[in-house]
Amino acid sequence: MSYYEPKDLADFPNITEWAQKEGNKFFEYYGAATGAGKLTEREKSLIALTVALTQNCPYCIDAYTTKCMSLGISSEEMMEAAHTGAAMMAGVTLAHTTQMRKIIRKKEM
Amino acid sequence: MEAREQLRILGQIGDIPSLSEKIRETNMFPLCAKGIDILQINLGKRCNLSCRHCHVDAGPHRTEIMTRPILEKCLEILSSFPIATIDMTGGAPEMNPHLEWFIGEAARLNRQMIVRSNLTILLEEAYRHFMDIFAQNKVEIVTSLPDYLETKSDRQRGAGVFGKIIAALRELNALGYGMKNSGLRIDIVHNPVGAYLPGSQAALEHEYRTRLLAEHGVHFNQLFCLTNLPIGRYLDYLIESGNLDDYLSALCHSFNPAAVKNVMCLTTLSVGWEGSLYDCDFNQMLDLTVNHGAPKNIMNFDMDKLKNREIVINNHCYGCVAGCGSSCRGATTEED
Repeated sequence: MSYYEPKDLADFPNITEWAQKEGNKFFEYYGAATGAGKLTEREKSLIALTVALTQNCPYCIDAYTTKCMSLGISSEEMMEAAHTGAAMMAGVTLAHTTQMRKIIRKKEM
Repeated sequence: MEAREQLRILGQIGDIPSLSEKIRETNMFPLCAKGIDILQINLGKRCNLSCRHCHVDAGPHRTEIMTRPILEKCLEILSSFPIATIDMTGGAPEMNPHLEWFIGEAARLNRQMIVRSNLTILLEEAYRHFMDIFAQNKVEIVTSLPDYLETKSDRQRGAGVFGKIIAALRELNALGYGMKNSGLRIDIVHNPVGAYLPGSQAALEHEYRTRLLAEHGVHFNQLFCLTNLPIGRYLDYLIESGNLDDYLSALCHSFNPAAVKNVMCLTTLSVGWEGSLYDCDFNQMLDLTVNHGAPKNIMNFDMDKLKNREIVINNHCYGCVAGCGSSCRGATTEED
């Protein structure tokens, strides 16, 4: 048995358990933030998929890959988005070497 | 796969509740028809294509074709009752040798006429004249184009089909189909190329419209999103690809009570190639004739017994009530 089981994705609506008020507020916010606004549902779904990939969330990867397919987003478009996320993660890592290099310069003789 | 075997598989859905249980929870069971607004006539199972998602299992090898006496009976019923829409489907309706005569007769009744054409057949010399016949009689054309991407679409419908559909669309646009104020409508059907449900119809229509115009210079009126129902060749695909359980689960979790209220069988009567009557074209492919005392063949047509008949439902019907709902005219509920 794995900690992550695909069927557990169906349990997501139940995260309101034991904290109904906060859970409901989350879903209200979630719906507003992911639905079409100034950005289209397609654009938001690609953002959500990219975040899911960079954060390694198997549930969100499952949900948003499927949603992107449902919205007619091609494999090539999803892969491009994944590379944007990957490049951002690499950039974020390397940008933080500034801190590392500052400390090295300060402490090394 | 035989209809009986399909029903056996659809009856064993593990811990997923049956659709009748789900509908009972909403106090809408049993579902009963609210009249007959659409007479959907399946003119036969013969087709020039053999698409992977076809619920009819149609193809060039099929020989089932509706005969003229049955079509005459359809006309008799249409002239006796105010049924608003005549929906001609198949197979490829054009391959029925009586179609041209039938359209001519039906046109006199002044009803909305729809033909579900794969368009590729209209490029074949023997069937090319149907473009003009459809236009002259103001027949609305509904055609399947599973995706605006050629590679994806052809994966489902066969190599080269996308290109032929685009070529036919260009010719139909030139006749006025899909063009403003022409009175000639051509609508496109989208259905997912895989084991997932269709997304927002409005969003997909925007993408289709933008891309088909920019990349291929073609116009259309409306996009209809259809959910693939787990029957026929699509059921074979779900089983072979190991997706059946997940797909049924997705359908069940997307159950939408609002879609039950608008499901197309409530106002449709489907006629099979040999005259049998069904609540829809999908039930037709599963040999589920109308039931609960309604006459099972068009030769015994009885409006009083059919107009409020109890609908025959099974678990494949989850496909019509998932998400925004699905019908031969696309989504059946408003999006959020």
